[in-house]
Amino acid sequence: MNDTNGVGARAHRLGGADRVTGHQRYVADIPMAETLHAKLVTVDCAHARILSIDTSAAERVPGVAFVMTAADLPQPMPRFGPEYQDRPVLADGEVKYHGEPVAAVAAETKDAAEEAATLVKVEYEPLPAIFTIAAALYPSAELVQDPSIRRPGPHIETNVLREYRFGWGDVEEMHADVVVEHTYTWPMQTHFAIEPHGFMAAPDGDGIAAWSSIQHPYQLQKTLAKVLGMPMSKVRVFAPDPGGAFGGKQHPKLEPLVAFMALRADRPVRLILTLEEAFQAVRRAGTEIRARMGFKSDGTLVFQDYVNHFLTGAYADTGDRITAKASFLTAGPYRTPAVRIVARSVLSHTTPTHPYRGFGIPQVTWARESCLDEGAIALGIDRLEIRLRNLVKYGEEHVPGDTPADGNWEQTVRKAAEEIRWGTPLPPGQGRGIAIGVKSGPTTGLSYSTVRFLADGSVLVFSGTSDMGQGARTIFAQIAAEELGVPLDRVAMVMGDTSVVPYDQQTSASRSSVLMGNAVLNACRDIQRKIKAMASHLHDIDESEIVVDRGVVHLPDRDLPIVDVLKAGLGRMGGELVGNGESRKQADPDHPLGGTALFFEFNCTACDVAVDPDTGETTVLRHVTVGDVGFALNPMQVTGQDEGAAVMGLGHALMEHLILDDEGRTRNLGAIDYRIPTSLDLPLELHSFIVENADGPGPYGVKGISEGSLLCTAPAVAAAVRDATGVVIRDLPLSPERVWRAMQEQP
Amino acid sequence: MNETMHMEMTVNGRVRSLDVAVNHTLLDVLRDDIGLTGTKECCVVGECGACTVLVDGIPMNSCLMLGIEADGAEVLTVEGLAEGGHLNRMQEAFLDTGAAQCGFCIPGQLMSATALLQRNPHPTVADINEALAGNLCRCAGYQQISAAILASVQGAAP
Repeated sequence: MNDTNGVGARAHRLGGADRVTGHQRYVADIPMAETLHAKLVTVDCAHARILSIDTSAAERVPGVAFVMTAADLPQPMPRFGPEYQDRPVLADGEVKYHGEPVAAVAAETKDAAEEAATLVKVEYEPLPAIFTIAAALYPSAELVQDPSIRRPGPHIETNVLREYRFGWGDVEEMHADVVVEHTYTWPMQTHFAIEPHGFMAAPDGDGIAAWSSIQHPYQLQKTLAKVLGMPMSKVRVFAPDPGGAFGGKQHPKLEPLVAFMALRADRPVRLILTLEEAFQAVRRAGTEIRARMGFKSDGTLVFQDYVNHFLTGAYADTGDRITAKASFLTAGPYRTPAVRIVARSVLSHTTPTHPYRGFGIPQVTWARESCLDEGAIALGIDRLEIRLRNLVKYGEEHVPGDTPADGNWEQTVRKAAEEIRWGTPLPPGQGRGIAIGVKSGPTTGLSYSTVRFLADGSVLVFSGTSDMGQGARTIFAQIAAEELGVPLDRVAMVMGDTSVVPYDQQTSASRSSVLMGNAVLNACRDIQRKIKAMASHLHDIDESEIVVDRGVVHLPDRDLPIVDVLKAGLGRMGGELVGNGESRKQADPDHPLGGTALFFEFNCTACDVAVDPDTGETTVLRHVTVGDVGFALNPMQVTGQDEGAAVMGLGHALMEHLILDDEGRTRNLGAIDYRIPTSLDLPLELHSFIVENADGPGPYGVKGISEGSLLCTAPAVAAAVRDATGVVIRDLPLSPERVWRAMQEQP
Repeated sequence: MNETMHMEMTVNGRVRSLDVAVNHTLLDVLRDDIGLTGTKECCVVGECGACTVLVDGIPMNSCLMLGIEADGAEVLTVEGLAEGGHLNRMQEAFLDTGAAQCGFCIPGQLMSATALLQRNPHPTVADINEALAGNLCRCAGYQQISAAILASVQGAAP
């Protein structure tokens, strides 16, 4: 291994210098002449019929170019979405969630756009809003979506977008000594990336150029081509590094609107959301999960039985896929003879559910791990012991027909137990918890990479991954440096331009180190094959006698640096070697999710807490996360991602929730009323550990890692709070008020 | 058109003389009038710290201050931290510890940290967490950030 540059090194982040000097350009920072500024127009209502929109006063504001309404868009209204094409470019006759844009102003200045937006007169009739699971499922509930835009199916006349039934064995036939049954809820939460979403579009010849802080630029290219009726080749998407995304910037949202505005203006148009607007653009699914577990008296699981309801928004976005993919793995990594999971994605007049770090797994894990603890307590069995007793072994299936356990998971759990000193006593008022999280990686995937080995031995790597802070740019450069034997500072990454960089399906599900990593590796191997042919020609040696490995050309009688062969082989004309790599996770049409898990992210979290009996405030004294990462391509970045996910998980467990009023309007929009962890909310001790057995499907045995440590944070913390206080809380967050009230009500 | 006023301030050592709209914040002036986009906009209510700059040495949320209030002031932004084209010790330390992930909050973190070290050259981790509590990091690299600040003062004269 290459100690300072290559894989496994704590290499500095590529792009790091720009981040500490202020030179990193996010969408809002890109200079663009002649740009119009856009501002959204909304109504303070979760559900309303739009009667009329009067733009005349707004259009009289000096500097206003135009006000875009649904009437200015093609009819029927273009709709789009990753799974269901149900989201309109602008609200189509009805506002279906609080903050859904009904119009947008384009003006020469931000001031003019903001002023004019307040002068657009929207006449509307407020309608009752459905924003809870119970209200949406009420038999006579009004339908959130007109059946005409629904896919035909048995639930089209209800607010159930789709129902899933997963499982195996027969739960009804199983005999259990102890059965535990409870309902666990998880509130809607917002991503709160510090960079609110930014979008820009500009006419580009007979096509369009679009800039977006998006994780999936190639999905945006496809969406814009479809709604604008352009060939994909005429849609050029620039994807500057997002300033944090956490799933909230995956799929297109307001880009089609901005593109229509730019075409109408025949000028660039930029829309930068406020933080409040970002809250209303994306959010995490709220869930209610009824868990029922049957045990033998020794703690062996006999059955697991779940009913999962995911509160999806007014448009499907990714909510249905989150419901399916997370619910499929509700029973977790435990050997269970019979499992029944009924899962429903439920439409409501709320912001569309978007992917959010963990993709629904934190919600199902909250229910499962909490219920498992309640079972352990009912049985008088240690909470670590009950997990180890039921945990599948390496190579054993936990979901029949899916990928078997792809790691030594017991090693991970035992490491967490050891680091929290499981079994040692704590003083009164303190408590300890432990929980396990497991998440399927991608079920399908396709990534391409091109690597150009230039005549001076420097390297260009083309990758369509978005670097939103996880450090993708750095690890791909490390792979190229390793394979081509060049210093890391001679590798440059080219990303974020769909007209230049080959296709990548998406940046999500902790996939990139595996899928794009393999594509980059394969592109480097393509170059190594060409180097081998060069060496064969130069030295008149049969290719079968030459080995090219990690930057070195091994001839039968000597070794040569790869760069020497490149230079000699290219000769006086110079030029370059181009390598292409592809990496694919094939779909499986017979699998309920359309494909098996490419890998699992497996994490065990344990913590010690103290609870203040006078205030209900929880202080995390020691927080330990252990993730099975396969291999750490860059240990410094792995720690950053792992600790970051843990702190985000603590925010979700202890403080974060969107609050709706009795009309379904979000009341805590923005940074004052929606709190996320600050430096003062850190655990007193936070330790991130990894298990490395080089057994992942990515380069050198890597697995995805960026979500692991928030999968089971909430149940670990709640278990510790219960251990400290005796109170059982089944609704998040564990706010001081909620904990204090529960303590007061204790018998 | 908005009413404007003439103002002069020194930004990163360079005198800027300009007419600014009276309703524009210092953040607006820095980003839109001067073109220094290193200072970031997020919450615009003084809660997230992404827009932190030093005004006469004091860390300020530039979203909460009118541009004209900085008339006559010395303003330091993230673009002014590097010395002679080289990263300063703290910027280097941020790279060494992996403190800059997505990077969006980092300009504000660096400015708050710079102010902290000016008034307390040898802070503890608790001092750092207290001083930077107004700078949100959703990547939550708080431990890497405090480690970087500590590393940047190690070896400095006590």
